[in-house]
Amino acid sequence: MRRKNRMELTFLSQSVNESFARITVAAFISQLNPTMDELADIKTVISEAVTNCIIHGYENREDGIVSIVAEIEGESVMIEISDRGRGIENLELARQPMYTSKPELERSGMGFTIMENFMDECTVTSTPHEGTKVVLRKHFSLSEELLN
Amino acid sequence: MSLQVETKRIGQVLCVQLIGELDHHTAPIVRDVIETEMNKSATLHILINMKRLTFMDSSGIGMILGRYKQLLQKGGKMAISDIPANIYRVLEMSGLFKIILIADSEQQAISRLEVES
Repeated sequence: MRRKNRMELTFLSQSVNESFARITVAAFISQLNPTMDELADIKTVISEAVTNCIIHGYENREDGIVSIVAEIEGESVMIEISDRGRGIENLELARQPMYTSKPELERSGMGFTIMENFMDECTVTSTPHEGTKVVLRKHFSLSEELLN
Repeated sequence: MSLQVETKRIGQVLCVQLIGELDHHTAPIVRDVIETEMNKSATLHILINMKRLTFMDSSGIGMILGRYKQLLQKGGKMAISDIPANIYRVLEMSGLFKIILIADSEQQAISRLEVES
């Protein structure tokens, strides 16, 4: 039988919650018995997506809501990170490596590039003044003994 | 606090040891410590020792690039040593290795910074 599992998490757009979010999602994913590298990648992409919600979606306002849904189906994981912030006007530009709309904040512009490289799939949808949703997918290869 | 910063001076090199996790929340701590130390002397090289850094994302890259630009203006150089595997991959993707000196150990980084200056 294909295993199915799901979690949801909502928290305020405060930078102190970045580590909370990545540790929580990593703990959920750990039931797939990922390698240390795979777990580190998951933590990094969650951190990138949540940081984007806080800095760009809510422009450092601390009362916004960040939501994360994670679903495990078989050996695959889907993680959706969303905010109800200002949205992204030019998605193509935002996804370019080294591009940042906030150079004054010492942003590297590498967030989406890291998400795209560390995950199998990275889909971004955004509506100005309504919010942004990032959907990440990754396939994990389970060994036979773990499936029993 | 999820990040601790320890500094020491060895010759012309400011050694910055990062302990914990470097992200958007903790990057300003490192920035402030390094800026304070940089203001104390005219020319200084910086070595960031990542041996005890357990996590870093692109906010760390932004912070390092920011310090690199400041150092460049003052004629200093920057090095990073003891990079854990998970952080190595983030740094590699950013292209930082093309402009910043990478060393296996603190001693190696210091001798290379001093030889090349």
